[in-house]
Amino acid sequence: MTKVINPSVFKAEWRKLRRPTLFLGTMLASAGLTGLVTSLLFLLIDSPQGNSDRGNMISRDVLQLPSGLTIGFSNAAGLLGIVALCVFAAQTAQEYTYGTLRNLLVRQPRRIRLLLGKYVSMASFAIVMVILAAFISMSIAFALSGKAKVVTDAWITSDALQEVAKTFGNVLLSVIAFGTVGMILGLLLRSPISAISLGVIWLLIVENILIAVKSSLGKWMPGNLMSTIAVGGTDKISYIHSVSFVAIYLLVGAAIVATLFKRRDVSN
Amino acid sequence: MVGFLIAPGIFTHLLSVRGRAIVVGMSNLAVAVQDLSKKYGDMFAVSHANFEVPMGTVCGFVGPNGSGKTTTIRMLLGLISPTGGTGEILGHSIKHPERYLSSVGAMIEGPAFYPALTGKENLNVLATLGGYGTDHVQSLLERVGLGDRGGSKYKTYSLGMKQRLGIAASLLPNPKLLILDEPTNGLDPEGIQEIRDLLKSLAQEGTTVFVSSHLLSELELISQHLVMLRKGKVLFAGKIEDLFLAQQPFILVKTPNEIDLIKIQEIAVAAGHKSTIRSGVAHIEGPADWAAELNKAAFAAGITLSQLSPMLPSLEETFFEMTGDSE
Repeated sequence: MTKVINPSVFKAEWRKLRRPTLFLGTMLASAGLTGLVTSLLFLLIDSPQGNSDRGNMISRDVLQLPSGLTIGFSNAAGLLGIVALCVFAAQTAQEYTYGTLRNLLVRQPRRIRLLLGKYVSMASFAIVMVILAAFISMSIAFALSGKAKVVTDAWITSDALQEVAKTFGNVLLSVIAFGTVGMILGLLLRSPISAISLGVIWLLIVENILIAVKSSLGKWMPGNLMSTIAVGGTDKISYIHSVSFVAIYLLVGAAIVATLFKRRDVSN
Repeated sequence: MVGFLIAPGIFTHLLSVRGRAIVVGMSNLAVAVQDLSKKYGDMFAVSHANFEVPMGTVCGFVGPNGSGKTTTIRMLLGLISPTGGTGEILGHSIKHPERYLSSVGAMIEGPAFYPALTGKENLNVLATLGGYGTDHVQSLLERVGLGDRGGSKYKTYSLGMKQRLGIAASLLPNPKLLILDEPTNGLDPEGIQEIRDLLKSLAQEGTTVFVSSHLLSELELISQHLVMLRKGKVLFAGKIEDLFLAQQPFILVKTPNEIDLIKIQEIAVAAGHKSTIRSGVAHIEGPADWAAELNKAAFAAGITLSQLSPMLPSLEETFFEMTGDSE
């Protein structure tokens, strides 16, 4: 395994990921977004305009369930995914725009190893991001439960712990899937701005327009499916369907970009 | 019995293990390419290049812009795939760069680093990636004159400092072969001399240096070998003295007045030597030992010479003559 996923590549990539502006900036953004979504969930609990995604109402009764502790966290998954997409796309495509890919390939000529090492290190970065987001979200949930008159007895049971573990896994899977899309776009377009723009415009705008026009398309749209994974499936789209199709999309995309990356001349 | 093709210049030791012949090859060539080509569409960026770079030498790689130098270097480093031909680096085929790149340092087409990281952090990234450890990063920074600026962000570096960092990065693997593409770009004269001294000292330590540069006078000072490219084709590859031997020597003559200079030209032409007058100096094609004859003939004709200099063309002049470039 260490032959395929080279520890040197992993460590070298982390030297770039841990630079303060990137690391702290990303972590602050993730914490801020998750904190905002969770805060609104509790602070707008009695608002007639709703307290959740797209004006949905999540009642006090639902929040008092063992799963209530993590609703804010899972609701923020889409935004965390967009952050991951930006980080993965920028970290990959910048190697082309800075011309640093040639340096990397001279020091690690096994291209797939380089790619996998970068991917695994960015995935580990996403894990840190999701852990922090989960901690912030649950802390805020406890802190605001009193003000929102939400009884938290069910949040400190073994069922709640299971819900936390399940939601954490689903959100992490979703965030890494978003990040993978970012990396695929970064490798295809070789420009951070193009990759991030295309990814964000597609996931936040185009998909929503398509789904608004024809709701059945939601079952096939990658962004919608990745968000569905984060919440563990919905009434309309099952968890298994989401995971299966996201896996197919990502595997096909990864196979294409890995082939291109392995064979393409590095001439910039 | 297994047959082997043994490339010229390769020391080989034949061993017999269980009745099979095995060649343990130890090349004395750092670089050897045969018919190496790269074609983009209908255009050859590099066309059937053949050259060798012996171990432990400094080899200059020269050619006008767009002659295929960088494309050749990229093929040697496994960054682009050749359309045809073969090549070996340190005895390994260029089809398997993973077998030799751990012993090769390279700076290709100028330095490229992460602007938001410091010079030292940039080197740490590459040292970690190559598995060399980061212990000697500071000493490398000092070696290229960046010892006190390693903690500054790369985006604050001048062009010369970026170039020095690129050279430091190329030295990370303690390379047997150093491939540098225009390493003196952006350096001031003092910096150029420092890099020249660095390359000389590396060569003395046994590192083979393959260096492309537009500063031909610099290459002339440090190179023992030369590969000359034009429009993707190798015009010359070999020892630099062989290149000069093939060139026509000439004699520069100056007189206090132009009438005497014309007389000198007539003497030269009468003796069968071509002569031209440029900027008040007669350029007479002829060997160094004919200068004494010319001096005698001038004295006999009552002409005073203010300069009589037997010359060999410089690398720059030779280059322009061979490439047909006059810019």
